[in-house]
Amino acid sequence: MTKSELIEFLARRQSQLTSKDIESAVKTILEHMTQALSNGNRVEIRGFGSFSLHYRSPRVGRNPKSGEPVSLPAKYVPYFKPGKQMRERVDQSKFNSPIIPHDEAQ
Amino acid sequence: MAAALTKADMAEKLHEQDGLNKREAKEIVEMFFEEIRLSLETGNQVKLSGFGNFDLRDKNQRPGRNPKTGEEIPISARRVVTFRPGQKLKTRVDAYAGSVAQQ
Repeated sequence: MTKSELIEFLARRQSQLTSKDIESAVKTILEHMTQALSNGNRVEIRGFGSFSLHYRSPRVGRNPKSGEPVSLPAKYVPYFKPGKQMRERVDQSKFNSPIIPHDEAQ
Repeated sequence: MAAALTKADMAEKLHEQDGLNKREAKEIVEMFFEEIRLSLETGNQVKLSGFGNFDLRDKNQRPGRNPKTGEEIPISARRVVTFRPGQKLKTRVDAYAGSVAQQ
């Protein structure tokens, strides 16, 4: 499922808001989460999961072309921990739903 | 670190910024997360460009151990969700890391 499919499915589920309204709501939600994370805050959605930042120490990497060492600074990367309900529902589905890769999903 | 962002905060933002009434805002936030779960529980991975991808992975059974007692217990086969942040999200978060490093 892509963002535009998500918007389409949400629009079908209710009758009051237009697709345009839903599209802008989805963008607002994603931007709100991005903003929280980029301010160093967590996002916590019960039954879905939580997003937080994980610290990565500085390290010496290599330029894959020249093989030269490059010092890489410390950084933060976004991390998602699925919530209990999410874990259970996804695990249950392993018996009857094969995983559909992104590119084949319609 | 400030309090974590919650669904209530998101609904409030939709009310203030997008002009949805409070009930609509709350419903949309609820449905947004439910729709992603529904997709994932039917084996359909989720791709939200700019934000990130929710991928599914089937894990085989593997040997595990109770860390307290040292007792061996197999970890059963399972399906898990992983999140791969998109480029835009990674870049925005990197900006935060930069501001922390300067302090």
